[in-house]
Amino acid sequence: MIYREAGQYKTSYAADQAIFPILQDRIGLAILLLVAFVGAPLVASDYILSTILIPFLVFSVAALGLNILTGYCGQLSLGTGGFMACGAYAAYKFATAFPELNIVFVFLLSGGVTAMVGVVFGVPSLRIKGFYLAVATLAAQFFLIWLFTKVPWFVNYSPSGVISAPPRSVFGFYVTGIEATSHAKYIFCLSFVALLALVAKNLVRGRVGRAWMAIRDMDIAAEIIGIRPLHTKLLAFAVSSFYCGVAGALWAFIYTSSVEALAFDINRSFQILFMIIIGGLGSILGSFLGAAFIVLLPILLNAGPTAMGAPLSTSTIAHLELMTFGALIVFFLIVEPHGLARLWQIGKEKLRLWPFPH
Amino acid sequence: MSLYRFGSALLGAAILAAPMALPAPALAQANEQFIPSLSYRTGPFGPNGTPFADGYLDYFKMINARDGGINGVKITYEECETAYNTDRGVECYERVKAKGPTGATAIVPLSTGITYALIERTAQDKIPMLTSGYGRSDGSDGRVFPWMFTLPATYYSQMDAIVQFIKSKEGGALKGKKISYIYHDSAFGKEPLPVIQRLSKELGFELSEFPVPNPGVEQKAIWLRIGRQIRPNYVIMWGWGVMNPTAITEAAAVGFPRDKFIGVWWAGSEQDVTPPGDAAKGYMAANFHGAGKDYKFMRDIENTVLKPGQGTGEARHVGTVLYNRGAINAAMVVEAVRTAQERYGNKPMTGEQVRWGFENLNLNPQRLASMGFEGFMPPLKTSCADHEGGGVVRIQQWDGKKWNWVSDWIEPNRKMLREMYEAGSAQYAKEKNITPRDCAKQS
Repeated sequence: MIYREAGQYKTSYAADQAIFPILQDRIGLAILLLVAFVGAPLVASDYILSTILIPFLVFSVAALGLNILTGYCGQLSLGTGGFMACGAYAAYKFATAFPELNIVFVFLLSGGVTAMVGVVFGVPSLRIKGFYLAVATLAAQFFLIWLFTKVPWFVNYSPSGVISAPPRSVFGFYVTGIEATSHAKYIFCLSFVALLALVAKNLVRGRVGRAWMAIRDMDIAAEIIGIRPLHTKLLAFAVSSFYCGVAGALWAFIYTSSVEALAFDINRSFQILFMIIIGGLGSILGSFLGAAFIVLLPILLNAGPTAMGAPLSTSTIAHLELMTFGALIVFFLIVEPHGLARLWQIGKEKLRLWPFPH
Repeated sequence: MSLYRFGSALLGAAILAAPMALPAPALAQANEQFIPSLSYRTGPFGPNGTPFADGYLDYFKMINARDGGINGVKITYEECETAYNTDRGVECYERVKAKGPTGATAIVPLSTGITYALIERTAQDKIPMLTSGYGRSDGSDGRVFPWMFTLPATYYSQMDAIVQFIKSKEGGALKGKKISYIYHDSAFGKEPLPVIQRLSKELGFELSEFPVPNPGVEQKAIWLRIGRQIRPNYVIMWGWGVMNPTAITEAAAVGFPRDKFIGVWWAGSEQDVTPPGDAAKGYMAANFHGAGKDYKFMRDIENTVLKPGQGTGEARHVGTVLYNRGAINAAMVVEAVRTAQERYGNKPMTGEQVRWGFENLNLNPQRLASMGFEGFMPPLKTSCADHEGGGVVRIQQWDGKKWNWVSDWIEPNRKMLREMYEAGSAQYAKEKNITPRDCAKQS
C-alpha cells in the first residue's frame, strides 16, 4: 500500500534510468543518508562510532571492491587482504614522504597504486578461471604480506614493522592521529564510503558493469558479442583493487591508526569473501549487508549476554559467540543462498502487493 | 515463505537490538575501582591467554577478600575477549574504557599488536597502559610516552640480559662465537632485532636471523640449517603459543642441545615445555618473576580465593609461569592505585591519578615484603623519564618438572638501552609532532 510505484510516471529517459526509479526508495535513501550523516554522530556514543560504525564502513568498502571483482565480473579472488595491505602501506609512504599532501589525495593515490598492483596480479585471469584463479590470487596475498614484512623501506625502517598514522587534517579537522575525534573520523569515513558506493553503483549499471556481467555469465559468448576479455577483466581487477586499497588505507589510518602486515593476513581475505557471499554476490547493497553481518554480529553476540546480565564466564561467551555465529551463517545461507540482498529484494516485492497479495 | 519471514524478522531484530544491547549502564557504586581485563581464552593463543587471565583476576579477588580492596576501595573487574585480534582488542578497549565510577584504571592488553593500536587511544582517553614485558620498548621513555609503562622490563633489556648470560657462560667473551636468533615474524619478534644486531657488532659474535611465519608450526627447514649447517653456540628464540613447543621438538629432532637454547619470557611457561616432554629438559628461558606457589601472596590467593571455590580458572594453572605473570601484572596495577591514593586520598582513582601512581612507584624490599612478593620479583622504582623502573632479568631452566633459576638477576646495559629508547621515541615524537615533556617540571 505504501510501497508501490503506481502513478509515478517517467517522462524522460533520465528519470527512467535513475538509480532509484521509485519515489519511496529515494525518500528511504535520503532518510538513511540523513541518519548516517547527521543522526548517528548526534546520537551514537564514541564506542559505537569508533568500534562499530567505522569498521563497518571500512569493511563495506573492501566488500564493495571484492564484489566488483567476484560478484560482478566472476573472478574469484583470495588476495583482498594483500591488496588492503598494499593500500595501507602505500598511504603510509605517501603520507610520510609528502607531509603537506592532503589526506584525501593520499588515500586516492594509495588506491591508484593498489589498482596497478591488482592489474599485475590480474593478468593470470586471462588464462585460468575459477578455483585456479583463486589460487593465483592467493599468491598475491602471500607475496604482498611477505614483501611488507621483509622490506624495511615500506615501514620507514621502523624496527617493529608497525606503521602508525601521522596526524592529518581535512578542512581544519583532524581525521587521523591523537587529536582526531571519533566524530570527525566517522564523517570522513562515511563521506568516502558514500562516494565510493555511488561510483560503484553507477559503474555496474553502465557499459562497464554490463561487460563485467557478460564475462561473468559466459566469457565465450561475451567475447563473441565484442567484449574484450583482457580489458574487461583487468579493469575489474583495477577497480576492485582500488577499492580494497582505499579500504586498507582507511583501516590503517582511520580505524586502528596503527597496523602491522599481519592484520591483513589470509583470514582477512576470507572474512571479506564471506561478507560478499552472505551479503549477496553481485549486489552493492549486499556488500553493506554482508559487512554488517560479519562485523556487527560477533560483537553483538559477545556483548549481548553480559549486557543482559547472564552469569556466563568470558570463555563460555566467547565459545558461544563462535557457535552462534557459525549456526547463523548456515541458517541464512539455507534460507537464501543468494545472500541477504536477495532477502531484501524479496521483501520489497512482497511489500508492493501488501496488503492484498493474490 | 514462513522461513523467509522468520529470517528477515531475526535480522531486523538483530539490527534493532544492536545499539541497545551495547552500552551497558555503569551500575557501579561510588567506592569502587574498575579494572578491565582484555583477555583471550579462545583463538590460536588461547592456551597461553587463559592462565594469564586467571592469575590477573585471582589477584584482584584476593585483594578484595584479604584486605577488603585497596585501602577500602573495592576492585571491580570485567573481562573482554580479544582472541588476540587487534581489531577485537580495540573494540574491547572502547567497550570497557568508560565503565566504573572513574573509568578504566589501567589497560593490560597482553598483545603487541593491540598495544600499538592503543598507544594513541589511551593517551587521548587518559588511561595508563601497562605492557609488562612486551609492546614497544621505547615506550619506556616517559617524556614521549606519558601513558605507557613497560615495567619491570622490556624486550630490549631482556635481549641484552640474555646475551650477557650467554657471554658469562662462554667464558666472558663472544668474539667469533655464533648465535642464531629465531623469531615470530611480527612486531613482537622484530622488536629486539636492533639490540642483538648492535651487540653482534660490539661483541663480535656472528648473528644469523630466522623469521618464522605466524603461527610458527613450520620450522623444519630452519632447524635443519641451525642444527646441521650453522651449528651456533647458542640459539635465542622470540616465540609465542604453538611456535615454542614446535621449536623445542625440532631442536631435539636435529640434535641441537636444549641447554644452549634460550627463549623469551613468552616462551618460558609450562605450556611450552610440557608438549615436547623429555625433549624440553634443559631448555632455558628468561623471566622477570618467580614460578611456582612458594610465595606469601600465592598462599593468600590459595587461602582466600581458591579454597572458598572462588578461583577464576582451573586449579592446575595456579602457580604456572603465566598465571604468576597475570598476578604480577595485577599487582602492578594495584600498587599504582595504592601509590596514587597516598597522594590523592583513599578513594577511587581516575586514570590520570593512577598514571601518577605508576610514575612514582617505588617497590623497595619493605614494600615487596608487605605485598608478599619476597623472592618473587626484584625491587623497582619508576620516574617521569623512566617508565621501565627495574629492567633486571633472570634465566630459568626446565628440569622436566619445574623451572629452576640458573642465573642471578642480570642488570642490562642501561646506558646503551636508554640511548636506544631515546632514539626510538625521538623518531616517534617527530612523526607524531609530540613535544617531549620536561621531566624537571613534573611534580
